Amino acid sequence: MGERVIEVSGLTKYYGELLAVDHISFGVRRGEIFGFLGPNGAGKTTTIRMLVGLTRPSEGTAIIDGYDIREEIVEIKRRVGVVPETSNLYDELTVWENLLYMARLYRVPRAERGERVRELLETFDLWKRRDTKFRRLSKGLKRRATVAAALVHRPSILFLDEPTTGLDVVSAGALRGLMRRLREMGVTVFLTTHYIEEADQLCDRVAVIVKGKIVAVDTPENMKSAVQGTPVLEVVFDSPLPSLETEKMDLGTIVVEGNRVKILTEDPSSTLEAVIKLARRHGLRIELVNTLRPSLEDAFVKLTGVSPELMRVEKERGR
Amino acid sequence: MGGMFYLILKDLKAYYFKPPNISWGVLFPLVMALAFTLRNPSGLAELFPGLVAMAALFGTTSMEAIVITFEKRVGALERLMLAPLSLWTILMGKVLGGSIFGVMMAGAMTLISLALLGGWVTSPLLFTLSILLTVLVHSALGALIAVSVREVFEAQTLSNYFRFPMIFLCGVFLPVGAMPLPLRLLAHALPLTYSVDALRQTSMGPLNPGLFLADVLALILFLSVFLASAMRMLNKSLE
Ligand SMILES: Nc1ncnc2c1ncn2[C@@H]1O[C@H](COP(=O)(O)OP(=O)(O)O)[C@@H](O)[C@H]1O
Ligand SMILES: [Mg+2]
Repeated sequence: MGERVIEVSGLTKYYGELLAVDHISFGVRRGEIFGFLGPNGAGKTTTIRMLVGLTRPSEGTAIIDGYDIREEIVEIKRRVGVVPETSNLYDELTVWENLLYMARLYRVPRAERGERVRELLETFDLWKRRDTKFRRLSKGLKRRATVAAALVHRPSILFLDEPTTGLDVVSAGALRGLMRRLREMGVTVFLTTHYIEEADQLCDRVAVIVKGKIVAVDTPENMKSAVQGTPVLEVVFDSPLPSLETEKMDLGTIVVEGNRVKILTEDPSSTLEAVIKLARRHGLRIELVNTLRPSLEDAFVKLTGVSPELMRVEKERGR
Repeated sequence: MGGMFYLILKDLKAYYFKPPNISWGVLFPLVMALAFTLRNPSGLAELFPGLVAMAALFGTTSMEAIVITFEKRVGALERLMLAPLSLWTILMGKVLGGSIFGVMMAGAMTLISLALLGGWVTSPLLFTLSILLTVLVHSALGALIAVSVREVFEAQTLSNYFRFPMIFLCGVFLPVGAMPLPLRLLAHALPLTYSVDALRQTSMGPLNPGLFLADVLALILFLSVFLASAMRMLNKSLE
């Protein structure tokens, strides 16, 4: 394990004035599923694009499998597979033709091409659809075919940009299963996501990125235990809170979801008193009070100050 | 190199060798040739080199600029940039794909003109060389236009800015020598002028080795400038 296949140091990207990625440094270990978690616009896609040679870093660099992204990007391209946010296979080619074309572009030896494409299509349960034009596939199958196409040259590292975003629950679950299988096969998986639960379930380690900066890199378990001491107070009201008021409450880290409020607090007793005052002021009735164990979501909120609910809403709108 | 071969193959299959393009590639020269036959003035054969140059111009620029901008829009160009190919390989693959289609159109135009207009070719080898250079130069121009714009319609509009003046200025219908000085100067800033002249010298003649060599060198110069500029634009897109 321990060996680092990706070593990022001081990686930075300016788009004109805008600082999209701000001097980030982290390492990815061989054979792990590494999650890059952050809200919309945090710089996740830009980071992947720098690592795979689609855009040049403004400052800093990364070493991937021993090669520097600034100098030996073609060597890196031979060794990594990339599944972009939007599928980029050819609409007019069939699934089979698309994979075969990838095998040719990546110089898979002629004798192996057919066999390798067949193997992948079987693994990905796409064999029956091999003669279907790419554009005729469902969203879930498109994503799956795109992942298969990214594996034709047997990369040792696979980058996936928001692989499950926009997929139905079943397809997303199947794709997560596939990523775990890739890990078993020894492939290092680097994925970005804005789904906290996904990072929690799937990733061996997670880097949290907000506004171009990395605020934490750790296992989901460690992140959770970092806030473990902090109880979470959950209060359910009879009607939704006026959201502005909650900002003013100054109770620490708060997540509002409709009628429900979750507060990470060191001092549940005085926090509860403040909540009761607030309820009185707004004529709200408290229906339920609960203390919870912190989830990765709570850890995320504590680390970033970003409400996960807000993150989801922004993302759906952005699509 | 192997990668480039498959890139060209895929472009030809996915874009160029589609029934509408093939039929356009044959119809366009046929209609042009017929139009002039029907008007029937004397000296039709005179038009032959210009028509071949025009077929090469349209054969290369019309499809290729669309292909590249389209692939840029749908992310297919990024797919290529993810593969272990150099930018140069990708650019040359696109330029050669367009060139192959251009050669086919120029070839069809040559055969049709020889049959219908009564032209002739005195130096087939040098004539072929002139066609090859012409398609390469204008294919590179198409690629340069395509990498410089975002939308497919911009590529089409921009190509037309070059194409239509070229047809009237570069000696396709009207000898460059017969034009007023300012237009003549402008004509010499456009590559098609050298193409038409090279094609005329090697087909209907007379062939002047010195002037022909000048045409060839001018075309090579245009080709280098277009390719270098397209490479610079591609490189800049990575910033
Ligand atoms: N090509 C670009 N030109 C200018 N700004 C960009 C470009 N790509 C991304 N950005 C900006 O950089 C920031 C990070 O974007 P991105 O990496 O796509 O975020 P994420 O993938 O985390 O949602 C955003 O503010 C975005 O608007
Ligand atoms: Mg993104």
